[in-house]
Amino acid sequence: MMKRPLSPEAADIVRLTRSAVTRRRLLQVAGLGTAAVAAAACGAGGGADDPTTGPAPVPTGPEDMSDTEKTVSWSNWVEYLDLDEDSGSRPTLEAFEEATGITVSYNEDVNDNNEFYAKVRTQLEQGQSIDRDLVVLTDWMAGLWISNGFAQKLDKAMIPNSVNLIPRLENVSFDEPRDFTLPWQGGFAGLGYNIPGIQSTLGVDTLTSLDQLFDPALRGRITVLSEMRDTVGVIMAWQGNDPSNFTDEQFQQAIAALAEQIDNGQIRQVAGNDYLDALGTGDVLAVIGWSGDVLTLGEEYGFSLPESGATLWTDNMLIPSTSTHKKNAEQVMNYYYDPVVAAEVAAYINYLCPVTGAKEAMQAIDPELADNPFIFPDQEKLDSSYVFMDLTAEQDEAYQREFQAAIGL
Amino acid sequence: MATTTSTPVAATSVSTQRRPRTGYLLLLPGIAWLAVFFVVPIITLLITSLQAPVPGRSGVYTLGFEVSNYADALSAYWPQFIRSFVYASIATILALLLAYPLAYFIAFKAGRWRALMLVLVVAPFFASFLLRTYAWRTILSDEGAITSFFNALNLLPDNRILNTPIGVVLGLTYNFLPFMILPLYAALEKIDPRLIEAANDLYARPFTGFRKVIWPLSLPGVVAGTLLTFIPASGDFINARLLGSPSDSMVGTAIQVNFLQFRDYPVASALSFILMAIILTVVFIYIRRAGTEDLV
Repeated sequence: MMKRPLSPEAADIVRLTRSAVTRRRLLQVAGLGTAAVAAAACGAGGGADDPTTGPAPVPTGPEDMSDTEKTVSWSNWVEYLDLDEDSGSRPTLEAFEEATGITVSYNEDVNDNNEFYAKVRTQLEQGQSIDRDLVVLTDWMAGLWISNGFAQKLDKAMIPNSVNLIPRLENVSFDEPRDFTLPWQGGFAGLGYNIPGIQSTLGVDTLTSLDQLFDPALRGRITVLSEMRDTVGVIMAWQGNDPSNFTDEQFQQAIAALAEQIDNGQIRQVAGNDYLDALGTGDVLAVIGWSGDVLTLGEEYGFSLPESGATLWTDNMLIPSTSTHKKNAEQVMNYYYDPVVAAEVAAYINYLCPVTGAKEAMQAIDPELADNPFIFPDQEKLDSSYVFMDLTAEQDEAYQREFQAAIGL
Repeated sequence: MATTTSTPVAATSVSTQRRPRTGYLLLLPGIAWLAVFFVVPIITLLITSLQAPVPGRSGVYTLGFEVSNYADALSAYWPQFIRSFVYASIATILALLLAYPLAYFIAFKAGRWRALMLVLVVAPFFASFLLRTYAWRTILSDEGAITSFFNALNLLPDNRILNTPIGVVLGLTYNFLPFMILPLYAALEKIDPRLIEAANDLYARPFTGFRKVIWPLSLPGVVAGTLLTFIPASGDFINARLLGSPSDSMVGTAIQVNFLQFRDYPVASALSFILMAIILTVVFIYIRRAGTEDLV
């Protein structure tokens, strides 16, 4: 075999690595790299934008600047506040700003509980500002923030309207007795379906049971939610167990049923919010989905609570431990617990409204919506729905792993 | 042999004595950029991958040396690793089969349409990656033309393409196709057409001419194209997420879920490192072999 002669470039490299001088220079270059690493590490560790927050391991509420700084920075989920489509303005929010002189910076940047948590967790742990004074998180995630010390205790004297909270949501296991949170909106996880689709496959007009969802006629045409508490909760209730109080065996029983339906091809996909467009294209005919979503799809689509029970969840407002505008944030909470304002919001977003008196206020806006059982559910609907059991961090992790293993991870 | 190679090196080193210094100066901006935006994140990732959980606090970790994170990651997610490499390999081969004739046409036959065709190859990048993958859900929809066509021929095991491995591979092939076409085009375009004419003049049949002249000369493009397709395809998670079923998840999906669902940042980081190590090994072997005649 002929050995190929080295190319000029390769020869240069060989020569460089053989020379002591250049090796030292290489080390200098490497040293520069190390210095950059150190500099970046310092930047990450000390660069808090807010001088009032110190690097405390367990964060405590910083000084409240509300009296001098009339601002609130709010993080909420997408399409979760009334919006005037034509002008792009937010009527209720603007009315609040006018009445109080507080400027609200409204951010639709919560897309997923865990994702949002992953984004801000490091700052919260180090007591650095996350530049938010009000965040809206689902019950269990709110519970995680509270138990990790990432939420500030509310001053109920500043929120007199909080008495309007509907009784069903007053006592929740993750925040007993509502010291840190107030519900923003709530909703059910139940059965969503394409009406012509189930008429042609099952010969029925509404779905009332998971037996129908798991009917072989719908093989490969259904999806379930990637939110463990909703999917597992609904299945658990179908199996005759109580999602708000269950044992490990009962959880595993629900997981086994889920895995079976995935392995036999009944469940086509485990989806987040994107189940809506699969339902829209007709690839999917029935889903375990969320009430507000399916209701907005149109007349061809239906939503119902399974007879065996649905799950009830809430998204909750809380004030992050690093916020320096606590009083302003409490004013926002108080404002949205005014029944008239709450009705205006509910009329736009169609989710479950947690404010007493909003139903009456809704009569003036849209009487039809006032009768909507998913925005203003009757006591029976509320009582027959389950709030998923509060889990410890260890339980949550163990259950999440079993759930993800069942859905292919 | 050694003496024949060392002589020219000694000769050139005299004439190019000033070259190293300027070379390093030119390197500086790039090195600084990589140090801050590649080396630092990699080190952070490495540290995270060895962190240990704090008992009782979900999603909170401390400095540690938990090598077991790697073992856990591998034992829990080996099917995802295998799936990733199988899907990425098939997608790379499909992309090569599609891209080679296209790049050949653009390089040798397109004439004045060449610039326009290159723009068309790059055009998909004008729309967001995520949106394009979403669009494939409509294209592959159960009632859509493509699925109906193959269903009429009774070719699909599940009577659908969407949410099957086929859907995932098609999505990967589509999304990374331009990364295959461009390097192939760059390599083919450099070939002197007179070499092909010479092959014809020497009575090479068209296929022999291709095999002995064009293919070997285009090999750098093939190597670059396959790497640029295979590497991102094996780490991709969106295609499996949007076009696959629960049984088609890839390692990218596993990383995403560990990071965002389990809040298990150490295992997610360990998965990234394992993926990186495997890809580096594969690429190393591939490039070593590509440099020899094994691939020709």
